[in-house]
Amino acid sequence: MTLDAKIPVGLIQEKWDKHRFNMKLVNPANKRKYTIIVVGTGLAGASAAASLGELGYNVQNFCIQDSPRRAHSIAAQGGINAAKNYPNDGDSVWRLFYDTVKGGDYRSREANVYRLAQVSNNIIDQCVAQGVPFAREYGGLLSNRSFGGAQVSRTFYARGQTGQQLLLGAYSSLSRQIKAKKVEMFTRYEMLDLVVIDGKARGIVTRNLITGKIESFAADAVLLATGGYGNVYYLSTNAVNSNATAVWRAHKRGAYFANPCFVQIHPTCIPVTGDHQSKLTLMSESLRNDGRVWVPKAKGDKRPANEIPEEERDYYLERRYPAFGNLVPRDIASRAAKQVCDEGRGVGKTGLAVYLDFADAIKRLGRKAIEEKYGNLFEMYERITDENPYNVPMRIFPAIHYTMGGLWVDYNLQSTVPGLFVLGEANFSDHGANRLGASALMQGLADGYFVAPYTVGNYIGSNKFEPVTTDHPAFKASEKEVDDLVKKLLAVNGTKTAHELNRELGLIMWEYVGMGRSEEGLKKALEEIPKLREEFWKSIKVAGTGETLNQNLEEAGRLADYLELAELIARDALNRRESCGGHFREESQTPEGEAKRDDENYSYVAAWEFKGTEEAPELHKESLTFEHVPLTQRSYK
Amino acid sequence: MNKTSERPNMHLHLKIWRQLNAAAPGKFVSYEKENVSPDMSFLEMLDELNEHLIKTGGDPVAFDSDCREGICGMCGLVINGQAHGPRRATTTCQLHMRSFNDGDTITIEPWRAKAFPVVRDLVVDRSAFDRIIQAGGYVSVNAGNAQDANALPISKYNSDLAMDAASCIGCGACVAACPNASASLFTSAKVSQLALLPQGLVERKERAINMVSQMDLEGFGDCSNYGECEAACPKEISISNIARMKREYVRAALTSA
Repeated sequence: MTLDAKIPVGLIQEKWDKHRFNMKLVNPANKRKYTIIVVGTGLAGASAAASLGELGYNVQNFCIQDSPRRAHSIAAQGGINAAKNYPNDGDSVWRLFYDTVKGGDYRSREANVYRLAQVSNNIIDQCVAQGVPFAREYGGLLSNRSFGGAQVSRTFYARGQTGQQLLLGAYSSLSRQIKAKKVEMFTRYEMLDLVVIDGKARGIVTRNLITGKIESFAADAVLLATGGYGNVYYLSTNAVNSNATAVWRAHKRGAYFANPCFVQIHPTCIPVTGDHQSKLTLMSESLRNDGRVWVPKAKGDKRPANEIPEEERDYYLERRYPAFGNLVPRDIASRAAKQVCDEGRGVGKTGLAVYLDFADAIKRLGRKAIEEKYGNLFEMYERITDENPYNVPMRIFPAIHYTMGGLWVDYNLQSTVPGLFVLGEANFSDHGANRLGASALMQGLADGYFVAPYTVGNYIGSNKFEPVTTDHPAFKASEKEVDDLVKKLLAVNGTKTAHELNRELGLIMWEYVGMGRSEEGLKKALEEIPKLREEFWKSIKVAGTGETLNQNLEEAGRLADYLELAELIARDALNRRESCGGHFREESQTPEGEAKRDDENYSYVAAWEFKGTEEAPELHKESLTFEHVPLTQRSYK
Repeated sequence: MNKTSERPNMHLHLKIWRQLNAAAPGKFVSYEKENVSPDMSFLEMLDELNEHLIKTGGDPVAFDSDCREGICGMCGLVINGQAHGPRRATTTCQLHMRSFNDGDTITIEPWRAKAFPVVRDLVVDRSAFDRIIQAGGYVSVNAGNAQDANALPISKYNSDLAMDAASCIGCGACVAACPNASASLFTSAKVSQLALLPQGLVERKERAINMVSQMDLEGFGDCSNYGECEAACPKEISISNIARMKREYVRAALTSA
């Protein structure tokens, strides 16, 4: 199968407008005859479910939590980008487009990114109209701040809780449609399979997490908005229930997985304290507006921060990247932190941390101003570490945060399975090899409010649908497979828990498929992962039964999928013998240690086709062309 | 520098509420938990207990959590009689074991309220909160209908007050802490947010009446100004929001046709 991204012809500025005109419409009276399944209730899922409900479709929306408001978008702190240019500092749709393509290290699709920049402004308008209380200036107008990888202030924010406020905005629109009976909400349901009939996605198989009952749902289109797969690494900033099961099962049913090795490691997270650690906590990138990153100049300098005189400190980001300073993109900041720690200049008990220091900002702006901007983040830091960042610098270290890779989608956000659309972090489309800060919220809401409602309509309008019910043999076969898998997990009755095995997988991934990747290490990972998978199926111990709420069973099922996906991540990383964005191959770097791309050989999207758990997947390439943002070695110096 | 990391690990006595499902009777079961690091979070301590239970053929304790950063609102335990435990403005997931001492007995219960039936052990059903929001906690604006975001200036003062109210994470601690199991703090936070912003004014009256009615319908109690909700709220939502909701309700009741 050749990959057709279906990018509309014409000038990049006109592609989306023309495409919207050319797409088929569905008559308002006919929309109610169609059922659309949306899996996930984060920014992308909730906004898509609400918008499709507003248009008149019958929507069935699923989430694993007790309420749609819990989705992990809620934890996004810093902000959301838009090209409003309210500060009059030179921003434009073109500049947001340019920054995002460059920030993604030229591994995203220009046409998608341009559309994202175009609709960014509608998102801010929409959210304000919903009553999202963005930060404002005394004159009553909206306030902006800066984020990494940009030299303009284009980030809108609601204190350190922007994701929460945007999600609650989308949740409020979703709630309105639930009340109007246009959306039927299924909470504590986990999607465990995609059902494909006559080559089209026609429904899902789920497990009711309270009763354990396996249930099927039929529809005319299926939208996955189930987030990223960072928990393959065990420790990440993801929520503990965030998982890859929905996308992985869809992958096994024919959806190609694109660029799985593009994983974002966020530079500013609170360091690990011990083996008991269940997750890592992010400290928002916005802190780098005012915090200065440093380590001691001397190796092994164990003096407390305030006893290290100014001239013995190395503000290494400001030194190495004078133009962007502390606001370099995430991949660059993370790698630089790893380098200074590898040199033995890391701080704290473990030596795996660097300082993020607010002393200068407090001197310059006063403690009150810092409190106003970051108060809740400082409190969170203190609660976790028992240290007061107003008095001592924060200690931070990189952690897995976001996955740029995901299911391959075309310009319409449709996967390689017709009728299966993938939105938000779950798809691969807009961030290339590195996502810029405050762009995840933008993409989730762009997909849900302003892209999928059109493109799903086009799919419905241009296809004939044979009536399908959940009695169809394909549903019955999927239900049996899912049920067998649950029984198989319960039957092993070994000696190791899902947490233990996931932690082991995480160590392999962090060591060999983390911040620095080499051919040797990746080959090692490709030996270790299948071994661990084999061990999993021999030694997993799952407590309880399948007929009740059983969180331990849920974890084990998700881990079984991670153990397959992890191998694909390593394989993709091995295939890509270049460094780009978050993917750093030791073999491919400049003399200064910066990532070195190989545009001649790797300017493509790697989309993998599933061929069987123990079979090698097949690689398909979608080549990327850059007509508007000239390919250059990225420089933030 | 790190005060607590020097503290030795602790031995704790846990008394945990166990209940198979909504219909089954529940009871406290005692567990001994050794080797608890002061740097652990409360939920990581329970994770370790569960690891032990799974390995020894026991039945792990069911409890809800997700983001473990204090923002999703999914976690919530009554710890020694206090919703989310002893620390001010802190969700259960952000509570760390340094708040406890070696040899302590810790009692752990689910939220207790008629409108929050127990699902299993420490997990409760809070869907009543969703239905309160569905009754009117929104501005009726379809995607694509909005004017330019800066077309309508909003005073920073009101916007900040709206944000204070909007910070509610919907965890239900206010209900668990209230002797009447009232959901007034939760409901008033949303009523307030939208009453303070011009976008919310068109539907202001119906919203106040419908959300308050739904709250009653779900079986939550009335507010009699105990103030326990505000004290337990991990986001420090102010009880003044309840006063605003009452004003909104009376205003709507007296002026609606």
